[in-house]
Amino acid sequence: MEKRVVFRSAWLPYALLAPQIAITIVFFFWPAAQAVWYSFQIQDAFGLKTEFVGLRNFADLFQDSHYLDSFKITALFSVLVAGFGIALSLMLAAMADRVVRGALGYKTLLIWPYAVAPAVAGVLWAFIFAPSIGIFTYVLKRMGIDWNWVIQGDQAMLLVVIASVWNQISYNFLFFLAGLQSIPKSLIEAAAIDGAGPTRRFWTIVFPLLSPTTFFLLVVNVVYAFFSTFGIIDATTQGGPAGATQILVYKVYYDGVKAADLGGSSAQSVVLMAIVIALTVVQFRFIEKKVQY
Amino acid sequence: MVENRPWLTVFAHAVLILGVVVVAFPLYVTFVASTLTLDQIVSVPMPLLPGDQFLENYSQVLSAGSTKGSAAPVSTMLTNSLIMAVVIAVGKIAISIIASFAIVYFRFPLRIFFFWMIFVTLMLPVEVRIIPTFKVVSDLGMLDSYAGLTLPLIASATATFLFRQFFLTIPEELAEAARIDGAGPMRFFKDVVLPLSKTSIAALFVIQFIYGWNQYLWPLLITTNEDMYTAVIGIRRMMVGGDAANEWHLIMATAMLALLPPAAVVVLMQRWFVKGLVETEK
Repeated sequence: MEKRVVFRSAWLPYALLAPQIAITIVFFFWPAAQAVWYSFQIQDAFGLKTEFVGLRNFADLFQDSHYLDSFKITALFSVLVAGFGIALSLMLAAMADRVVRGALGYKTLLIWPYAVAPAVAGVLWAFIFAPSIGIFTYVLKRMGIDWNWVIQGDQAMLLVVIASVWNQISYNFLFFLAGLQSIPKSLIEAAAIDGAGPTRRFWTIVFPLLSPTTFFLLVVNVVYAFFSTFGIIDATTQGGPAGATQILVYKVYYDGVKAADLGGSSAQSVVLMAIVIALTVVQFRFIEKKVQY
Repeated sequence: MVENRPWLTVFAHAVLILGVVVVAFPLYVTFVASTLTLDQIVSVPMPLLPGDQFLENYSQVLSAGSTKGSAAPVSTMLTNSLIMAVVIAVGKIAISIIASFAIVYFRFPLRIFFFWMIFVTLMLPVEVRIIPTFKVVSDLGMLDSYAGLTLPLIASATATFLFRQFFLTIPEELAEAARIDGAGPMRFFKDVVLPLSKTSIAALFVIQFIYGWNQYLWPLLITTNEDMYTAVIGIRRMMVGGDAANEWHLIMATAMLALLPPAAVVVLMQRWFVKGLVETEK
Protein backbone atom coordinates (compact mmCIF):
# COMPACT_ATOMS: atom_id res chain seq x y z
CA MET A 1 0.00 0.00 0.00
CA GLU A 2 1.38 3.41 -0.96
CA LYS A 3 0.14 6.93 -0.44
CA ARG A 4 -1.31 8.71 -3.43
CA VAL A 5 -0.86 12.17 -1.98
CA VAL A 6 2.77 12.90 -1.17
CA PHE A 7 4.90 15.90 -0.40
CA ARG A 8 7.83 17.06 -2.45
CA SER A 9 11.19 18.14 -1.10
CA ALA A 10 14.73 17.48 -2.24
CA TRP A 11 16.29 17.38 1.22
CA LEU A 12 13.62 17.02 3.91
CA PRO A 13 13.05 13.24 3.70
CA TYR A 14 16.79 12.62 4.02
CA ALA A 15 17.00 14.91 7.01
CA LEU A 16 14.09 13.09 8.67
CA LEU A 17 15.67 9.71 8.05
CA ALA A 18 19.18 10.78 9.06
CA PRO A 19 19.06 10.05 12.83
CA GLN A 20 17.59 6.57 12.40
CA ILE A 21 19.99 5.67 9.59
CA ALA A 22 23.02 7.07 11.40
CA ILE A 23 22.32 5.04 14.55
CA THR A 24 21.60 1.96 12.47
CA ILE A 25 24.89 2.22 10.64
CA VAL A 26 27.04 2.97 13.68
CA PHE A 27 25.51 0.48 16.09
CA PHE A 28 24.22 -2.14 13.74
CA PHE A 29 25.94 -2.44 10.37
CA TRP A 30 29.39 -1.55 11.59
CA PRO A 31 29.38 -4.11 14.47
CA ALA A 32 27.70 -6.76 12.33
CA ALA A 33 30.35 -6.31 9.65
CA GLN A 34 33.07 -6.46 12.28
CA ALA A 35 31.62 -9.69 13.65
CA VAL A 36 31.87 -11.22 10.19
CA TRP A 37 35.39 -9.84 9.77
CA TYR A 38 36.64 -11.10 13.17
CA SER A 39 35.14 -14.49 12.51
CA PHE A 40 37.76 -15.01 9.78
CA GLN A 41 40.64 -14.12 12.11
CA ILE A 42 42.56 -15.59 14.99
CA GLN A 43 44.01 -13.35 17.68
CA ASP A 44 46.90 -14.34 19.90
CA ALA A 45 46.38 -14.38 23.65
CA PHE A 46 47.56 -10.80 24.20
CA GLY A 47 45.65 -9.28 21.31
CA LEU A 48 48.88 -8.15 19.68
CA LYS A 49 48.75 -10.13 16.50
CA THR A 50 45.83 -11.13 14.33
CA GLU A 51 46.00 -13.61 11.53
CA PHE A 52 43.54 -14.14 8.70
CA VAL A 53 42.49 -17.77 8.74
CA GLY A 54 39.50 -17.95 6.41
CA LEU A 55 36.87 -20.39 7.56
CA ARG A 56 39.01 -22.08 10.17
CA ASN A 57 37.09 -20.63 13.11
CA PHE A 58 33.91 -22.11 11.72
CA ALA A 59 35.57 -25.46 11.04
CA ASP A 60 36.93 -25.50 14.61
CA LEU A 61 33.53 -24.56 15.92
CA PHE A 62 31.72 -27.45 14.33
CA GLN A 63 34.35 -29.89 15.52
CA ASP A 64 34.21 -28.59 19.05
CA SER A 65 32.10 -30.99 21.08
CA HIS A 66 31.24 -28.23 23.59
CA TYR A 67 29.75 -26.15 20.81
CA LEU A 68 27.74 -29.04 19.43
CA ASP A 69 26.52 -29.81 22.97
CA SER A 70 25.52 -26.18 23.34
CA PHE A 71 23.47 -26.54 20.15
CA LYS A 72 21.65 -29.56 21.54
CA ILE A 73 21.08 -27.82 24.87
CA THR A 74 19.66 -24.75 23.13
CA ALA A 75 17.35 -26.94 21.05
CA LEU A 76 16.10 -28.83 24.10
CA PHE A 77 15.73 -25.62 26.09
CA SER A 78 13.75 -23.79 23.41
CA VAL A 79 11.46 -26.79 22.80
CA LEU A 80 10.71 -27.03 26.53
CA VAL A 81 10.18 -23.28 26.96
CA ALA A 82 7.99 -22.95 23.87
CA GLY A 83 6.08 -26.18 24.56
CA PHE A 84 5.26 -25.56 28.22
CA GLY A 85 4.81 -21.82 27.73
CA ILE A 86 2.30 -22.26 24.92
CA ALA A 87 0.40 -25.14 26.52
CA LEU A 88 -0.02 -23.44 29.90
CA SER A 89 -0.94 -20.04 28.54
CA LEU A 90 -3.41 -21.54 26.05
CA MET A 91 -5.12 -23.32 28.90
CA LEU A 92 -5.30 -20.14 30.98
CA ALA A 93 -6.49 -18.08 28.02
CA ALA A 94 -9.21 -20.61 27.15
CA MET A 95 -10.46 -20.45 30.74
CA ALA A 96 -10.26 -16.66 30.87
CA ASP A 97 -12.20 -16.48 27.60
CA ARG A 98 -14.92 -18.63 29.18
CA VAL A 99 -15.50 -16.83 32.45
CA VAL A 100 -17.68 -13.77 32.35
CA ARG A 101 -17.21 -12.52 35.87
CA GLY A 102 -13.75 -11.36 36.90
CA ALA A 103 -12.15 -11.76 33.49
CA LEU A 104 -10.41 -8.38 33.68
CA GLY A 105 -9.14 -9.14 37.17
CA TYR A 106 -7.60 -12.41 36.08
CA LYS A 107 -6.04 -10.70 33.09
CA THR A 108 -4.45 -8.01 35.27
CA LEU A 109 -3.10 -10.61 37.67
CA LEU A 110 -1.62 -12.68 34.85
CA ILE A 111 0.09 -10.03 32.74
CA TRP A 112 2.50 -8.48 35.22
CA PRO A 113 5.32 -11.08 34.94
CA TYR A 114 5.99 -9.59 31.50
CA ALA A 115 7.31 -6.50 33.29
CA VAL A 116 9.84 -8.46 35.34
CA ALA A 117 13.35 -8.37 33.89
CA PRO A 118 14.60 -11.85 32.94
CA ALA A 119 17.57 -11.43 35.28
CA VAL A 120 15.26 -10.56 38.17
CA ALA A 121 13.00 -13.50 37.30
CA GLY A 122 16.11 -15.68 37.49
CA VAL A 123 16.99 -14.33 40.93
CA LEU A 124 13.45 -14.91 42.20
CA TRP A 125 13.34 -18.53 41.11
CA ALA A 126 16.91 -19.21 42.14
CA PHE A 127 15.95 -18.05 45.61
CA ILE A 128 12.85 -20.23 45.83
CA PHE A 129 14.81 -23.25 44.61
CA ALA A 130 18.09 -22.41 46.40
CA PRO A 131 19.78 -25.70 47.32
CA SER A 132 20.12 -25.04 51.05
CA ILE A 133 17.58 -22.35 51.97
CA GLY A 134 14.96 -22.45 49.19
CA ILE A 135 11.36 -22.91 50.21
CA PHE A 136 10.60 -25.33 47.35
CA THR A 137 13.82 -27.20 48.07
CA TYR A 138 12.51 -27.74 51.58
CA VAL A 139 9.20 -29.06 50.28
CA LEU A 140 10.96 -31.32 47.78
CA LYS A 141 13.27 -32.65 50.50
CA ARG A 142 10.24 -33.51 52.64
CA MET A 143 8.94 -35.44 49.63
CA GLY A 144 12.21 -37.31 49.41
CA ILE A 145 13.58 -35.55 46.34
CA ASP A 146 17.20 -34.49 46.52
CA TRP A 147 17.16 -31.09 44.88
CA ASN A 148 20.42 -29.35 44.07
CA TRP A 149 20.63 -27.61 40.71
CA VAL A 150 24.14 -26.39 41.45
CA ILE A 151 25.34 -29.96 40.99
CA GLN A 152 22.70 -31.70 38.91
CA GLY A 153 22.45 -30.69 35.26
CA ASP A 154 18.88 -31.74 34.54
CA GLN A 155 17.60 -29.91 37.61
CA ALA A 156 19.47 -26.79 36.51
CA MET A 157 17.77 -27.09 33.13
CA LEU A 158 14.39 -27.50 34.81
CA LEU A 159 15.01 -24.38 36.89
CA VAL A 160 15.83 -22.15 33.93
CA VAL A 161 12.88 -23.57 31.97
CA ILE A 162 10.51 -22.78 34.86
CA ALA A 163 11.85 -19.24 35.22
CA SER A 164 11.69 -18.64 31.45
CA VAL A 165 8.16 -19.99 31.06
CA TRP A 166 6.99 -17.91 34.02
CA ASN A 167 8.55 -14.79 32.52
CA GLN A 168 7.01 -15.34 29.09
CA ILE A 169 3.57 -16.64 30.08
CA SER A 170 1.83 -13.25 30.09
CA TYR A 171 2.91 -12.53 26.55
CA ASN A 172 1.54 -15.84 25.26
CA PHE A 173 -1.59 -15.44 27.34
CA LEU A 174 -2.44 -12.03 25.89
CA PHE A 175 -1.99 -13.20 22.31
CA PHE A 176 -4.08 -16.32 22.85
CA LEU A 177 -6.80 -14.31 24.57
CA ALA A 178 -6.91 -11.86 21.66
CA GLY A 179 -7.01 -14.80 19.24
CA LEU A 180 -9.82 -16.52 21.14
CA GLN A 181 -11.89 -13.37 21.32
CA SER A 182 -11.69 -12.91 17.56
CA ILE A 183 -13.24 -16.32 16.83
CA PRO A 184 -16.85 -15.78 15.68
CA LYS A 185 -19.30 -16.90 18.35
CA SER A 186 -21.68 -18.21 15.67
CA LEU A 187 -19.28 -21.05 14.84
CA ILE A 188 -19.17 -22.16 18.45
CA GLU A 189 -22.95 -21.85 18.80
CA ALA A 190 -23.56 -23.88 15.63
CA ALA A 191 -21.34 -26.65 16.95
CA ALA A 192 -23.09 -26.56 20.31
CA ILE A 193 -26.48 -26.92 18.61
CA ASP A 194 -25.11 -29.91 16.72
CA GLY A 195 -24.36 -31.45 20.09
CA ALA A 196 -20.58 -30.99 20.34
CA GLY A 197 -19.39 -30.64 23.93
CA PRO A 198 -16.87 -28.03 25.10
CA THR A 199 -13.83 -30.31 24.72
CA ARG A 200 -14.81 -31.40 21.25
CA ARG A 201 -15.54 -27.81 20.20
CA PHE A 202 -12.16 -26.71 21.45
CA TRP A 203 -10.19 -29.31 19.49
CA THR A 204 -12.22 -29.28 16.26
CA ILE A 205 -13.03 -25.56 15.94
CA VAL A 206 -11.16 -23.29 18.33
CA PHE A 207 -7.74 -24.90 18.17
CA PRO A 208 -7.54 -25.05 14.33
CA LEU A 209 -8.74 -21.44 14.07
CA LEU A 210 -6.06 -20.43 16.55
CA SER A 211 -3.28 -22.10 14.58
CA PRO A 212 -1.93 -18.83 13.10
CA THR A 213 -1.56 -17.41 16.63
CA THR A 214 -0.02 -20.63 17.89
CA PHE A 215 2.49 -20.72 15.08
CA PHE A 216 3.39 -17.08 15.57
CA LEU A 217 3.91 -17.68 19.28
CA LEU A 218 6.00 -20.74 18.54
CA VAL A 219 8.47 -18.62 16.56
CA VAL A 220 8.43 -15.80 19.12
CA ASN A 221 9.01 -18.23 21.98
CA VAL A 222 11.89 -19.93 20.21
CA VAL A 223 13.51 -16.54 19.56
CA TYR A 224 12.84 -15.62 23.20
CA ALA A 225 14.45 -18.85 24.43
CA PHE A 226 17.44 -18.29 22.16
CA PHE A 227 18.23 -14.73 23.19
CA SER A 228 16.16 -13.04 25.87
CA THR A 229 16.78 -15.77 28.43
CA PHE A 230 20.39 -14.66 28.75
CA GLY A 231 19.56 -12.76 31.94
CA ILE A 232 17.83 -15.77 33.49
CA ILE A 233 20.80 -18.06 32.78
CA ASP A 234 23.35 -15.54 34.00
CA ALA A 235 21.46 -14.85 37.22
CA THR A 236 20.95 -18.53 38.04
CA THR A 237 23.19 -21.25 36.63
CA GLN A 238 25.67 -19.22 34.53
CA GLY A 239 25.67 -22.04 32.02
CA GLY A 240 26.54 -24.67 34.58
CA PRO A 241 26.84 -27.20 36.00
CA ALA A 242 29.44 -28.39 33.51
CA GLY A 243 27.76 -26.58 30.63
CA ALA A 244 24.36 -28.23 31.19
CA THR A 245 22.51 -24.96 30.64
CA GLN A 246 25.00 -23.21 28.38
CA ILE A 247 22.80 -22.05 25.54
CA LEU A 248 24.35 -20.61 22.38
CA VAL A 249 24.01 -16.95 23.28
CA TYR A 250 25.55 -17.58 26.68
CA LYS A 251 28.50 -19.29 25.02
CA VAL A 252 29.01 -16.31 22.72
CA TYR A 253 29.18 -14.10 25.80
CA TYR A 254 31.36 -16.50 27.77
CA ASP A 255 33.89 -17.16 25.01
CA GLY A 256 34.02 -13.53 23.94
CA VAL A 257 34.02 -11.75 27.30
CA LYS A 258 35.30 -14.22 29.87
CA ALA A 259 37.59 -16.35 27.69
CA ALA A 260 38.52 -13.46 25.34
CA ASP A 261 38.41 -15.66 22.23
CA LEU A 262 37.41 -12.96 19.77
CA GLY A 263 37.54 -15.03 16.59
CA GLY A 264 35.66 -18.01 17.99
CA SER A 265 33.04 -15.85 19.65
CA SER A 266 32.51 -13.82 16.46
CA ALA A 267 32.12 -17.00 14.43
CA GLN A 268 29.43 -18.05 16.89
CA SER A 269 27.77 -14.65 16.51
CA VAL A 270 27.70 -15.13 12.75
CA VAL A 271 26.11 -18.56 13.13
CA LEU A 272 23.50 -17.06 15.49
CA MET A 273 22.76 -14.26 13.05
CA ALA A 274 22.13 -16.86 10.36
CA ILE A 275 19.72 -18.67 12.69
CA VAL A 276 17.81 -15.47 13.53
CA ILE A 277 17.54 -14.53 9.89
CA ALA A 278 16.20 -18.00 9.06
CA LEU A 279 13.64 -17.74 11.86
CA THR A 280 12.57 -14.29 10.70
CA VAL A 281 12.09 -15.53 7.13
CA VAL A 282 9.96 -18.39 8.44
CA GLN A 283 7.89 -15.91 10.43
CA PHE A 284 7.37 -13.58 7.49
CA ARG A 285 6.34 -16.36 5.15
CA PHE A 286 3.78 -17.32 7.73
CA ILE A 287 2.50 -13.75 8.03
CA GLU A 288 2.01 -13.64 4.26
CA LYS A 289 -0.01 -16.82 4.52
CA LYS A 290 -2.07 -15.39 7.33
CA VAL A 291 -3.08 -12.46 5.14
CA GLN A 292 -4.57 -14.85 2.60
CA TYR A 293 -6.10 -16.98 5.31
CA MET B 1 -21.56 -17.98 26.90
CA VAL B 2 -22.91 -20.66 24.59
CA GLU B 3 -24.55 -22.90 27.14
CA ASN B 4 -24.96 -23.05 30.86
CA ARG B 5 -22.60 -25.55 32.40
CA PRO B 6 -22.04 -24.50 35.99
CA TRP B 7 -19.40 -27.15 36.73
CA LEU B 8 -17.35 -25.98 33.79
CA THR B 9 -17.47 -22.37 34.97
CA VAL B 10 -16.35 -23.48 38.41
CA PHE B 11 -13.54 -25.46 36.81
CA ALA B 12 -12.48 -22.44 34.73
CA HIS B 13 -12.35 -20.25 37.83
CA ALA B 14 -10.40 -22.93 39.68
CA VAL B 15 -7.80 -23.19 36.92
CA LEU B 16 -7.48 -19.41 36.71
CA ILE B 17 -7.14 -18.97 40.45
CA LEU B 18 -4.52 -21.70 40.54
CA GLY B 19 -2.71 -19.99 37.66
CA VAL B 20 -2.80 -16.59 39.37
CA VAL B 21 -1.52 -18.09 42.63
CA VAL B 22 1.32 -19.97 40.95
CA VAL B 23 2.29 -16.90 38.93
CA ALA B 24 2.17 -14.64 41.99
CA PHE B 25 3.94 -16.99 44.39
CA PRO B 26 7.52 -15.92 43.56
CA LEU B 27 6.54 -12.28 44.02
CA TYR B 28 4.97 -13.01 47.38
CA VAL B 29 8.03 -14.93 48.59
CA THR B 30 10.24 -12.08 47.41
CA PHE B 31 8.18 -9.56 49.32
CA VAL B 32 8.18 -11.67 52.48
CA ALA B 33 11.94 -12.23 52.26
CA SER B 34 12.47 -8.49 51.86
CA THR B 35 10.83 -7.90 55.25
CA LEU B 36 12.82 -10.48 57.22
CA THR B 37 16.27 -10.57 58.73
CA LEU B 38 18.92 -12.68 57.06
CA ASP B 39 18.87 -15.11 59.99
CA GLN B 40 15.16 -15.69 59.53
CA ILE B 41 15.64 -16.40 55.84
CA VAL B 42 18.44 -18.91 56.23
CA SER B 43 16.65 -20.82 58.98
CA VAL B 44 14.97 -23.48 56.85
CA PRO B 45 12.08 -23.24 56.16
CA MET B 46 11.81 -19.48 56.04
CA PRO B 47 8.61 -17.95 57.47
CA LEU B 48 5.87 -17.31 54.92
CA LEU B 49 4.43 -14.28 56.66
CA PRO B 50 5.96 -10.81 56.38
CA GLY B 51 8.36 -9.81 59.14
CA ASP B 52 9.08 -6.43 60.69
CA GLN B 53 12.28 -5.50 58.87
CA PHE B 54 10.55 -3.70 56.00
CA LEU B 55 11.82 -0.20 56.79
CA GLU B 56 15.30 -1.38 57.83
CA ASN B 57 15.95 -3.43 54.69
CA TYR B 58 14.54 -0.93 52.23
CA SER B 59 16.25 2.09 53.71
CA GLN B 60 19.51 0.13 53.89
CA VAL B 61 19.51 -0.75 50.16
CA LEU B 62 18.17 2.61 49.04
CA SER B 63 20.86 4.55 50.84
CA ALA B 64 23.84 2.21 51.05
CA GLY B 65 23.35 -0.90 48.92
CA SER B 66 24.51 -4.25 50.26
CA THR B 67 27.43 -4.78 52.59
CA LYS B 68 29.09 -7.81 50.96
CA GLY B 69 28.49 -7.20 47.26
CA SER B 70 27.98 -3.93 45.45
CA ALA B 71 27.82 -1.05 47.91
CA ALA B 72 26.26 1.43 45.51
CA PRO B 73 22.97 2.84 46.82
CA VAL B 74 19.96 1.43 45.01
CA SER B 75 18.41 4.89 44.74
CA THR B 76 21.20 5.81 42.28
CA MET B 77 20.57 2.59 40.38
CA LEU B 78 16.85 3.29 40.15
CA THR B 79 17.61 6.74 38.79
CA ASN B 80 19.92 5.19 36.19
CA SER B 81 17.26 2.65 35.22
CA LEU B 82 14.70 5.41 34.91
CA ILE B 83 16.99 7.54 32.74
CA MET B 84 17.86 4.56 30.57
CA ALA B 85 14.22 3.49 30.14
CA VAL B 86 12.92 6.98 29.38
CA VAL B 87 15.75 7.92 27.00
CA ILE B 88 15.39 4.65 25.08
CA ALA B 89 11.61 4.95 24.87
CA VAL B 90 11.55 8.62 23.90
CA GLY B 91 14.54 8.28 21.58
CA LYS B 92 13.12 5.33 19.73
CA ILE B 93 9.75 6.99 19.31
CA ALA B 94 11.26 10.31 18.20
CA ILE B 95 13.64 8.98 15.58
CA SER B 96 11.22 6.40 14.22
CA ILE B 97 8.21 8.66 13.92
CA ILE B 98 10.08 11.11 11.68
CA ALA B 99 11.75 8.28 9.74
CA SER B 100 8.45 6.59 8.96
CA PHE B 101 6.88 9.95 8.11
CA ALA B 102 9.62 10.41 5.50
CA ILE B 103 9.12 6.91 4.13
CA VAL B 104 5.33 7.15 3.91
CA TYR B 105 4.78 10.77 2.85
CA PHE B 106 7.64 11.38 0.42
CA ARG B 107 8.87 9.90 -2.83
CA PHE B 108 12.63 10.14 -3.16
CA PRO B 109 15.54 8.17 -4.58
CA LEU B 110 16.78 5.31 -2.36
CA ARG B 111 13.53 5.29 -0.37
CA ILE B 112 13.15 1.50 -0.66
CA PHE B 113 16.84 1.03 0.10
CA PHE B 114 16.57 2.97 3.35
CA PHE B 115 13.40 1.12 4.22
CA TRP B 116 15.16 -2.21 3.91
CA MET B 117 18.16 -0.94 5.77
CA ILE B 118 15.97 -0.28 8.79
CA PHE B 119 14.01 -3.44 8.20
CA VAL B 120 17.05 -5.73 8.55
CA THR B 121 17.69 -4.46 12.09
CA LEU B 122 14.42 -6.11 13.13
CA MET B 123 16.18 -9.42 12.95
CA LEU B 124 19.21 -8.99 15.17
CA PRO B 125 18.83 -8.61 18.91
CA VAL B 126 21.73 -6.95 20.69
CA GLU B 127 22.66 -10.27 22.30
CA VAL B 128 23.90 -11.59 18.97
CA ARG B 129 26.34 -8.82 18.22
CA ILE B 130 27.52 -8.00 21.72
CA ILE B 131 31.29 -8.15 21.34
CA PRO B 132 31.64 -6.02 18.20
CA THR B 133 29.04 -3.52 19.44
CA PHE B 134 30.99 -3.30 22.68
CA LYS B 135 34.15 -2.55 20.69
CA VAL B 136 32.42 0.15 18.71
CA VAL B 137 31.07 1.80 21.84
CA SER B 138 34.45 1.58 23.54
CA ASP B 139 36.17 3.04 20.45
CA LEU B 140 33.73 5.93 20.61
CA GLY B 141 34.66 6.45 24.28
CA MET B 142 31.11 5.86 25.48
CA LEU B 143 31.72 3.22 28.17
CA ASP B 144 30.17 4.09 31.52
CA SER B 145 28.03 6.85 30.04
CA TYR B 146 24.34 7.33 29.46
CA ALA B 147 24.99 7.70 25.75
CA GLY B 148 26.67 4.31 25.66
CA LEU B 149 23.86 2.76 27.67
CA THR B 150 21.09 4.03 25.46
CA LEU B 151 22.17 4.88 21.91
CA PRO B 152 22.96 1.33 20.71
CA LEU B 153 19.54 0.15 21.89
CA ILE B 154 17.68 2.96 20.14
CA ALA B 155 18.63 1.38 16.80
CA SER B 156 15.66 -0.88 16.27
CA ALA B 157 13.03 -1.18 13.63
CA THR B 158 9.91 -2.13 15.56
CA ALA B 159 8.76 1.41 16.26
CA THR B 160 9.39 2.51 12.67
CA PHE B 161 7.17 -0.31 11.46
CA LEU B 162 4.38 0.41 13.85
CA PHE B 163 4.28 4.06 12.78
CA ARG B 164 4.49 3.16 9.10
CA GLN B 165 1.52 0.79 9.47
CA PHE B 166 -0.41 3.46 11.29
CA PHE B 167 0.41 6.28 8.83
CA LEU B 168 -0.80 4.13 5.97
CA THR B 169 -4.25 4.07 7.58
CA ILE B 170 -4.53 7.88 7.80
CA PRO B 171 -7.09 8.93 5.14
CA GLU B 172 -5.59 10.45 1.99
CA GLU B 173 -8.09 13.31 2.20
CA LEU B 174 -6.29 14.79 5.18
CA ALA B 175 -3.01 15.19 3.32
CA GLU B 176 -4.91 16.43 0.29
CA ALA B 177 -6.76 19.05 2.32
CA ALA B 178 -3.52 20.13 3.98
CA ARG B 179 -1.87 20.58 0.61
CA ILE B 180 -4.77 22.55 -0.83
CA ASP B 181 -4.67 24.80 2.22
CA GLY B 182 -1.01 25.38 1.51
CA ALA B 183 0.42 23.56 4.54
CA GLY B 184 3.95 22.27 4.15
CA PRO B 185 4.99 18.75 5.19
CA MET B 186 6.23 19.73 8.67
CA ARG B 187 3.08 21.69 9.36
CA PHE B 188 1.03 18.67 8.32
CA PHE B 189 3.19 16.48 10.55
CA LYS B 190 2.78 18.72 13.57
CA ASP B 191 -0.92 19.54 13.22
CA VAL B 192 -2.37 16.34 11.78
CA VAL B 193 -0.07 13.33 12.04
CA LEU B 194 1.25 13.89 15.55
CA PRO B 195 -2.16 14.38 17.24
CA LEU B 196 -3.53 11.33 15.41
CA SER B 197 -0.60 9.20 16.60
CA LYS B 198 -1.18 9.84 20.30
CA THR B 199 -2.43 6.36 21.17
CA SER B 200 0.30 4.66 19.14
CA ILE B 201 2.90 6.76 20.91
CA ALA B 202 1.46 5.88 24.33
CA ALA B 203 1.36 2.18 23.47
CA LEU B 204 4.93 2.20 22.21
CA PHE B 205 6.13 4.16 25.17
CA VAL B 206 4.88 1.49 27.59
CA ILE B 207 6.53 -1.35 25.65
CA GLN B 208 9.84 0.45 25.15
CA PHE B 209 9.95 1.70 28.72
CA ILE B 210 9.80 -1.89 29.96
CA TYR B 211 12.32 -2.94 27.33
CA GLY B 212 14.76 -0.25 28.46
CA TRP B 213 14.24 -0.78 32.16
CA ASN B 214 14.81 -4.52 31.89
CA GLN B 215 17.99 -4.44 29.79
CA TYR B 216 20.61 -6.71 31.28
CA LEU B 217 23.43 -7.91 29.05
CA TRP B 218 24.22 -4.52 27.57
CA PRO B 219 24.56 -2.55 30.84
CA LEU B 220 26.39 -5.53 32.33
CA LEU B 221 29.06 -5.17 29.67
CA ILE B 222 29.52 -1.45 29.47
CA THR B 223 29.12 -0.31 33.08
CA THR B 224 32.12 -0.88 35.33
CA ASN B 225 31.56 2.14 37.51
CA GLU B 226 29.11 1.53 40.36
CA ASP B 227 27.54 4.94 39.79
CA MET B 228 26.33 3.77 36.39
CA TYR B 229 24.73 0.47 37.46
CA THR B 230 21.07 0.01 36.68
CA ALA B 231 18.82 -1.66 39.23
CA VAL B 232 18.82 -5.00 37.40
CA ILE B 233 22.63 -5.04 37.26
CA GLY B 234 22.80 -4.00 40.90
CA ILE B 235 20.94 -7.13 41.98
CA ARG B 236 23.33 -9.27 40.03
CA ARG B 237 26.31 -7.52 41.62
CA MET B 238 24.91 -8.10 45.09
CA MET B 239 24.94 -11.85 44.57
CA VAL B 240 28.42 -12.72 45.69
CA GLY B 241 28.33 -16.46 46.05
CA GLY B 242 26.20 -19.50 46.63
CA ASP B 243 23.10 -19.69 48.66
CA ALA B 244 23.66 -18.79 52.27
CA ALA B 245 26.54 -16.39 51.55
CA ASN B 246 24.20 -13.93 49.85
CA GLU B 247 22.46 -11.19 51.78
CA TRP B 248 19.10 -12.37 50.55
CA HIS B 249 17.04 -9.88 52.56
CA LEU B 250 18.79 -6.99 50.79
CA ILE B 251 18.80 -8.69 47.39
CA MET B 252 15.07 -9.34 47.66
CA ALA B 253 14.35 -5.75 48.72
CA THR B 254 16.30 -4.55 45.69
CA ALA B 255 14.45 -7.03 43.49
CA MET B 256 11.12 -5.62 44.69
CA LEU B 257 12.31 -2.09 43.95
CA ALA B 258 13.57 -3.13 40.50
CA LEU B 259 10.40 -4.88 39.43
CA LEU B 260 7.74 -2.60 40.88
CA PRO B 261 8.09 0.38 38.48
CA PRO B 262 7.70 -1.63 35.24
CA ALA B 263 5.00 -3.83 36.80
CA ALA B 264 3.12 -0.70 37.84
CA VAL B 265 3.42 0.67 34.32
CA VAL B 266 2.01 -2.56 32.86
CA VAL B 267 -0.88 -2.79 35.30
CA LEU B 268 -1.83 0.90 35.34
CA MET B 269 -1.48 1.42 31.61
CA GLN B 270 -2.90 -1.97 30.73
CA ARG B 271 -4.94 -0.83 27.77
CA TRP B 272 -1.97 0.78 26.03
CA PHE B 273 0.32 -2.03 27.04
CA VAL B 274 -1.87 -4.65 25.38
CA LYS B 275 -2.31 -2.46 22.31
CA GLY B 276 1.42 -1.85 22.06
CA LEU B 277 2.31 -5.48 22.55
CA VAL B 278 -0.12 -6.79 19.97
CA GLU B 279 0.67 -4.13 17.42
CA THR B 280 4.46 -4.07 17.58
CA GLU B 281 4.45 -7.73 16.67
CA LYS B 282 2.29 -7.46 13.59
